[in-house]
Amino acid sequence: MSDWHSWLFWPDSVALSVLALAILVILFMYAARNPMHGVIHSVCNLVTQSTRFISRWLFLSADNLRLRNQSVLLAHSQESAATLIDREFERVTNIIRKDMQEFPALQRKLMEEVTRIEDDYRKCGEVPAPPPEWVSALESVSQIKSGGDIPRKLLEDINKSIQKIHDKTVAEFRRSYEERHKILKGAQPSWRSVEKLIGEMDKKMVSLNTNAKQIDGHMAKFEGIRAKDSKTEHALTTSAFVQLAISALVMVIAMGGAFINYKLIALPMSEMVGASDYITDNLKTSDVAALVIILMEASMGLFLLESLRITQLFPKIASMDDRMRHRLMLASLIFLVILAAIESSLALMRDILIADKASLMRDLASSVPPISEGWITNIPMAGQMIMGFVLPFALAFVAIPLESVVHSLRTVIGVLLVQAMRGLGFALRFIGVVFRRFAKVFELAYDIPIVIPLMIESWVKALRNPPPVQGQAKQRAIS
Amino acid sequence: MKRYLLFMIMVLGSLFVSACGDSRIHSQGVYMLVDTSGTYAQEMSKASKIINYLLATLNPGDSLAVAKVETRSFTEKDIIAKVTFDKRPSQATQQKRVFKAKIEEFAKGIKGSAYTDITGGLIQGAEYLNETKAGIKTIVIFSDMQEELGKGTVRDFPIKLDGIRIVALNVTKLHTDNADPRIYIDRLARWETRVRKAGATEWVMVNDLENNMESILKTR
Repeated sequence: MSDWHSWLFWPDSVALSVLALAILVILFMYAARNPMHGVIHSVCNLVTQSTRFISRWLFLSADNLRLRNQSVLLAHSQESAATLIDREFERVTNIIRKDMQEFPALQRKLMEEVTRIEDDYRKCGEVPAPPPEWVSALESVSQIKSGGDIPRKLLEDINKSIQKIHDKTVAEFRRSYEERHKILKGAQPSWRSVEKLIGEMDKKMVSLNTNAKQIDGHMAKFEGIRAKDSKTEHALTTSAFVQLAISALVMVIAMGGAFINYKLIALPMSEMVGASDYITDNLKTSDVAALVIILMEASMGLFLLESLRITQLFPKIASMDDRMRHRLMLASLIFLVILAAIESSLALMRDILIADKASLMRDLASSVPPISEGWITNIPMAGQMIMGFVLPFALAFVAIPLESVVHSLRTVIGVLLVQAMRGLGFALRFIGVVFRRFAKVFELAYDIPIVIPLMIESWVKALRNPPPVQGQAKQRAIS
Repeated sequence: MKRYLLFMIMVLGSLFVSACGDSRIHSQGVYMLVDTSGTYAQEMSKASKIINYLLATLNPGDSLAVAKVETRSFTEKDIIAKVTFDKRPSQATQQKRVFKAKIEEFAKGIKGSAYTDITGGLIQGAEYLNETKAGIKTIVIFSDMQEELGKGTVRDFPIKLDGIRIVALNVTKLHTDNADPRIYIDRLARWETRVRKAGATEWVMVNDLENNMESILKTR
C-alpha cells in the first residue's frame, strides 16, 4: 500500500495525483510514439521472419527426411523383394530339378505303358483265320453244265459242309472277340496308369505355373520399387504400418510369455543369488538375475534364428561361411537347451520352496496339514517344469517379430517425423502471418491511450497547413 | 573403443559391488521384549502368536531376537532366541522352525519376575539392533509399560535409540488405570516422550492384535 502511495505526487489528494501521473504517462507515450511503433514493427517483423525461416527450414528438412525415408524404404524393400524373388527362383529350380530327375523315369514308364497299349491294340485288330475256300468250290459246281441229281447232291453236301464250317467260323469269331475283349479289359490299368501319370505331370505344371505367377508379381513389385513410383512407395509405407502393428501385437504376447517365465524363476533365483541383495532400493538382485536369464534365452534364440538365416539382424552372421554358421547354430541351440533345463529345474525348486514355506506357515499357525491327494498335487509341479522347459524355445521365436519391428519402426518413425515437422512448419508459418497482421493491431492499441494528443496534433497540423482551395489546386496542377 | 568398454565394465562392476555391499540396508532387525513380570506372564500365548507372525513376515536376511524383561534386563542372558536369517529362502525356513521350537520351549517353563526393567531391555535391544546393521530397526515391547525397578538398579539417565522404531504391544490397563485413566495415558505419554527424546524414529502402539498386526513391522 505504501509503495503505491509513493507514486503519488500529492498523497493527500489521490485523484489529482493520479490525473497528473496519467497526463505524464500520456505525454511520455505520445513522445515515444514513433520509436514504440518502430519497436512493435521490428518485434513483429522479427517474429514473422524467424518463424518463416524456421518454417521453411522445417519444410526443407521434412522433404529431405522424406527423401531419405523413401530411399531407405525402397532400398530395404528392394532387398526384401530380391530375397523373395531369389527364394521363389530357388523353389522353382528345386521343382524343376526334382521333376527333371523324375522325368526320364516317368517317360520310360509312360512309353512302356504306351507300348503295352499298342500291343494290346494290335492284338485286338487281328482277324481270325478265314474259313476254307468253299466259295471257289461253289463257283466250280455252278460251272457244271449237265444237270441231274449229281450237282444237287453236291450242292447239298456243300451246303452241309458250309453250314458246319459256318458254325465253326462263327464260334471261332466269337471266341476271338471274347479274347479281344479280355485284352481290352487287361489294358484298362495301363490306361489308368497313363492317366495318373499325365495328371501328376499336369499338377506339377500347375504348381510351376503358380510359382511363375508369384515371380511375376514380385517382379512387378520389384520394378515398381526400381522405378520409385509413388504408388509403390505408398503401398510399402502402409505395409510397414501394418507390419509394425502385427509385430507389436506378437511382441506383446511374447512379453506376456516372458513375464510368466520371469515369475517362474524369480523366487528360486533368490536361492542362488540371495533373497536379501538389492541393486537399487526396490530392485532385488534375484529379480535382475531372473530377468538376465530370460534375456539370455531371447538372445540365444535370436542367434539361433540368425544362424538359420530366418532373421537377418546381424549381417556378420549372415555373411559367415556355412561351417562357422553351423557351429554358431549348434552353440546357440546347446545354450538354449541348457538354459531351458536350468529353468525347468528352477521351476521345480520354486514348487519345493513354496511347499516348504506353506508347511512353515501351517506350523506357525498351528493348523492341521492338508491331506495329500497323491499324484493330483504333482500336476502343477509337472506343469511348471514343462512350461519352464518350453517357454525358452517359444521365446526364441521373438526374434522374428523383433526384426519386423526394427525394420518397420524406422519407416513409421520417419513418416511420423515428417508429418510432425510439416505440422510444426505450418503452425510456425501461421504464427508468422498472425504476427504480421498483429503489428498494425498493436500500433492502434498503443494509440488508443494517446488519442487526445493525437487529435490535437492533427488539429494543429490542419491549422498550419490549411487544405488547398479548389481553384488554387487547379492552378498548381496546370503549373 | 577399448577404453569405452573398460569404462563400462568398471561402471557395471562398481554398481554390482555397491549393490552387494549395501544388502543389510534393506533388511529388517526386530528385537522383541516380552514382559514376564507378575500377572503379565500369563500373556505368553499372545506373545507366541506375535512371534509367529514375525517369523512368517520376516524375510531372508532379516534379524530377529526375543528377550524377556526381568528384574535387570540389560544382559544377553535374557535373550531367549536370536537369529539372522540366511539369504537363501530354504535355509531361512529351517532357521524359523528352530526359532519357533526355542520359543515354545521357553513358553513352557516361564517364570514370573519380581521387577520390570523395560529401560534395560531397550538399551540391550538397541545394542543388538545396531550390531545387526539392519536398515529398519524395530524394538517391540510386549508389556503393560509399567516399569518397576529393583533396589540398586539405575535407569534414570538418557538412553540412545537413534533410528529405531518402538512398538508397544498389548499395553494392558492395570487396576489403578481403570480407577483413573489419566495414569494410563500419562504412562504412555511419558514413554513416548522418553523414546522420542532418545532418538527413536517412531512410536507405535498396537492393542488390537487381531486386526492391527501389520503396524508392527514397517514395510519397505
